[in-house]
Amino acid sequence: MKAKITFKGGIHPSENKNLCAEMAIKDFPPPDIAVLPLQQSLGAPAEPVVKPGDKVRKGTLIARSKGLISSNLHSPVSGEIIAVRKSPHPLLGEANAIIVRSDKTDEAEKDYTGGNFSIDNINPGEVLELVQNAGIVGLGGAAFPSHVKLNPPPDKAVKTFIINGAECEPYLTADHSLMLESADLILKGALIIKKMLKAEKCLIAIEDNKKDAISLLRQKLASMDNAEGFEILSLKVKYPQGAEKQLIYALTGKKVPSGGLPMDVSVLVHNISTVFAIYEAVYLKKPLFERIVTVSGKGIKNPANWRVRIGTSFKTLINHSGLTEKKIKKLIMGGPMMGLAQYTDEVPVLKATSGILVLTDEEAADFEHLPCIRCGKCVEVCPMGLMPAEISKMVERGRIDAAKGIGLLDCMECGSCNYICPSGTNLLQYIKLGKYEYMRKKNAKR
Amino acid sequence: MLKDKHLTVTVSPHIKTALSTEKMMWIVSCALIPASAAGIYFFGFRAALVIAACIVSSLLSELFCTLLMKKPATIKDGSAFLTGLLLALCLPPGLPLWMCFLGGFFAIAVSKFAFGGLGFNIFNPALAGRAFLMGAFAKEMTSWKTLRVFPDGITAATPLNLLKEQGYDSLMKVYDSHSYLFKELFIGHVGGSIGETSAALLIIGGLILLFARIITWHIPVSYILTVAIISYFTGGTFGIIFHLLSGGLMIGAFFMATDPVTSPLTSKGQLVFGAGCGILTMLIRLRGGYPEGVCYAILLMNSVTPLIERYSKTRIFGAGKNG
Repeated sequence: MKAKITFKGGIHPSENKNLCAEMAIKDFPPPDIAVLPLQQSLGAPAEPVVKPGDKVRKGTLIARSKGLISSNLHSPVSGEIIAVRKSPHPLLGEANAIIVRSDKTDEAEKDYTGGNFSIDNINPGEVLELVQNAGIVGLGGAAFPSHVKLNPPPDKAVKTFIINGAECEPYLTADHSLMLESADLILKGALIIKKMLKAEKCLIAIEDNKKDAISLLRQKLASMDNAEGFEILSLKVKYPQGAEKQLIYALTGKKVPSGGLPMDVSVLVHNISTVFAIYEAVYLKKPLFERIVTVSGKGIKNPANWRVRIGTSFKTLINHSGLTEKKIKKLIMGGPMMGLAQYTDEVPVLKATSGILVLTDEEAADFEHLPCIRCGKCVEVCPMGLMPAEISKMVERGRIDAAKGIGLLDCMECGSCNYICPSGTNLLQYIKLGKYEYMRKKNAKR
Repeated sequence: MLKDKHLTVTVSPHIKTALSTEKMMWIVSCALIPASAAGIYFFGFRAALVIAACIVSSLLSELFCTLLMKKPATIKDGSAFLTGLLLALCLPPGLPLWMCFLGGFFAIAVSKFAFGGLGFNIFNPALAGRAFLMGAFAKEMTSWKTLRVFPDGITAATPLNLLKEQGYDSLMKVYDSHSYLFKELFIGHVGGSIGETSAALLIIGGLILLFARIITWHIPVSYILTVAIISYFTGGTFGIIFHLLSGGLMIGAFFMATDPVTSPLTSKGQLVFGAGCGILTMLIRLRGGYPEGVCYAILLMNSVTPLIERYSKTRIFGAGKNG
């Protein structure tokens, strides 16, 4: 066995994945009211193609992508559009959303089972269209429209296609449970992408704490046709192992240049859940209207991995899962390292919602803030090779340009520095503030 | 339900390591227990009084400074306790207690708070305190409690002192053989400051710090290695073992030079810092006026930390030609 594949830096937080690891995915009942923010992904919000009073079915297109970086939106339930109005949004605070009232029949636009696709006569243009129509975005959290990533400029051919199954955020087990449930379908999805991009290699990378998923995928791969170029690799368990640049470096030894994209080193990375969604879109012609969500945290009585319709409110999921008696501190969308704290549970599940965490006082504990003692731990753990303490001090003093000079914009906001800091300094908060100030100044100059 | 709970909203991340500054300070203090206990065992109750005096004086000075500057009380963060303990461990066991009090006050009030308090001091407070006492009370600071006498009844100083002032032959007259001298140095049964005598127990403490991830290997390894190399070229194998085990090298390399506030931030910088400490220590021991150079070597290197830092920045992932 060669040494475990990894990168330099990183941290080892308590995983807390055992709260709901290896738990089969359960279907969450369709919501009575679905709230579908038009802005699901990075880029421009989608444009509604329905109006209040319209009848829709599960899978009906309700908003169309507008602009290059934007994605389609489909109704997750069958019922009636009751409004298009401002609603709470987990990322933006408040944003326009289409509200659908379910008629409880759950009638679908078409049959999304069975399905067929001839992988040998694959037509990249057709696949691209299917993916775009299905409104697929990166499900790992960034929510970048997938069809844009699948269509690199001609001079940036993809040689290595990487499937990210690291799921390095603590607590989250959505990808893990999906790999256990649908290993063969994930491989089908992988093959579609590998073929359409004419990639030489397809590497499926999984953290070593998911040994069952690794062996299951290897087993399925052994009996798959067209398996040449495929490899399933076990990664060292370390946060942020699933960060794109660190993952590419661990697997290929290539460093994506500062400010560059994976395609600059002939690589494309997709999250494992996204690959599954692409399989569904291509084989079943099924739009993205549901996803796997981990509902966990020590504040939750019955943690689980649910298959949830997009637009279901956090509140419904939390009420269904029950709360423990412990004192609750935070509600998070996503993982505890990069997730967003919510001020209300009346926000809907987005396409990018990989987890909903209810954290107790004890889990989300913070230190009393003391001055930086220059211990250098933040430097040691930074996977981007930055000096977070220095950047944050410069931002604190308003020296945004100096901060930029030592890598402010290279920070990917993984939060490792903030996690490890013994002084309880909110390093990432200063870094984010610095980036915001930088963008503000830059835009003001224009 | 969640509705009636107050949800805290902050920027990510939402979880944190268990190792706080306060805990770090107490772990370092605990790692010094073996060496302190050995000091009390070898030098007697007087050593315990020196330790107590330094700690009490440091704590009171911290309290006094925070009250005076109307800052929140930081006495419980453990840093003042640690400074007091470290100061005591590099003082002679027979030092008058009022001098101990003065040293603790200088360490905290002058070398820490005058620079802005925890995190802002340029010099290691404990060593600055020691340097102050050395300058002010040179005689008391160099009268070592005797553990050993010459065959003719004259009291002997520390091994480093003996070597420097009376030469190798006198040293051997007291200790008979190399192996006996090394054994005594290793367990700490020699004259010297309270905590800097037992190399074995200091190494154990240092290993605790390494395993608890309070310090990294860079400074101790580059410091000790540099001393070893220089002493090999000036004194052969005897030189290596003698210089590594004598004086304040072990406490300096593991507990003083690694003080995060006054040493460089990056591992590259720390290697340079450690090597600098090693060179200066040996320069003072071999060519300087004092028999021991650890204290001044570290203080001098403290002063060039910002310079080292300027030239030891980390390399940003994916930046530059070859990334």
